[in-house]
Amino acid sequence: MSGFRQLACGLAVALLLSACGGRDKVFLLPHDDGTPSGAVALLGSTGETHHVIDRQYTEVLVSGKTVHKSDAVDPSDIQKNYGALLDHLPAPPKDYVLYFREGTVTVMPRSEPELTALLADVANRLGADVQVTGHTDTLGSAANNDRLSLKRANEIRRLLIEQGLDPKVVSAAGRGERELLVQTPDRTRHAENRRVVVTVR
Amino acid sequence: MGKFTTVVSIAIMIAFLAGTAIADIGRIKRVKGTASVERGGETLSATPGMVLEKQDVLVTGPDSRVSVTFIDNSRFSAGPDSRIVLETFDFDTTTHEGAFVSRVERGTLGIVSGQIAKQTPDAMRIHTPTSILGVRGTKFLVEVGQ
Repeated sequence: MSGFRQLACGLAVALLLSACGGRDKVFLLPHDDGTPSGAVALLGSTGETHHVIDRQYTEVLVSGKTVHKSDAVDPSDIQKNYGALLDHLPAPPKDYVLYFREGTVTVMPRSEPELTALLADVANRLGADVQVTGHTDTLGSAANNDRLSLKRANEIRRLLIEQGLDPKVVSAAGRGERELLVQTPDRTRHAENRRVVVTVR
Repeated sequence: MGKFTTVVSIAIMIAFLAGTAIADIGRIKRVKGTASVERGGETLSATPGMVLEKQDVLVTGPDSRVSVTFIDNSRFSAGPDSRIVLETFDFDTTTHEGAFVSRVERGTLGIVSGQIAKQTPDAMRIHTPTSILGVRGTKFLVEVGQ
């Protein structure tokens, strides 16, 4: 009898463990601006897709490649259980777009308030870092534009350091003509596309 | 001899430059309670502004939290009693191509994806002890089962 009880308990424990252990919860959330989020995919070991989680405010229980349960949850429950965690996310990175007189590092008068605002933002963020990204228009070759945009970003990086930023927190990158502000055909001169974006994060 | 010294110095310089360029993958932004970073067998106290490197491990104590912004603009917020390994982080700031793999060994992680996931879906991955999650431009939460 006691042997049977032990066996029964052992079985119950084993069942409980298999029922409760190793299941992870995944919750998809909307972006901060309220726009729908993308998706999270449950992948296999070679990167193949087994399941796509694309419904917001749904508690999805997964283990391995298996979805065990997918139930709608109230946003207020997410807030209650995970609000403190989500509120602790760092502030979203903010972009400041600067325009310069052609061929100089002199900020155009219309960009001066942006420069002031970005410096204030850096001062207000804890552990801030700054990335300067140069962009070109589509005039010239792609490779040349990569070089030109990085050169431009490095010049602006130096300007920001002159303005008092710590060199260790400022990095520079060139995106060439990959991220046009205004879509144009190739080989098109366009002042709005020749810009530098300073990201404060 | 002089030529050899020059070659060696250049090699060291390149290694150093490459090393510093790759090293910085993100920064700690906020800490609540006790949070630390394990790096090569050492345990460092997490503080805002601290630079993170590939293969660092984020660890939080009870009632503690730590949050990070990575250089591709993705963001993490780790909840209490969590252990998160920043396993792989490769990012090309020009093309935005890369790979970002983190392992949530225990605890809870809030994630907002950045430029790596935007450029290449599933290039950002979150591993749990049993599952692999591919990120396709999104904000989500993962809580590892007990």
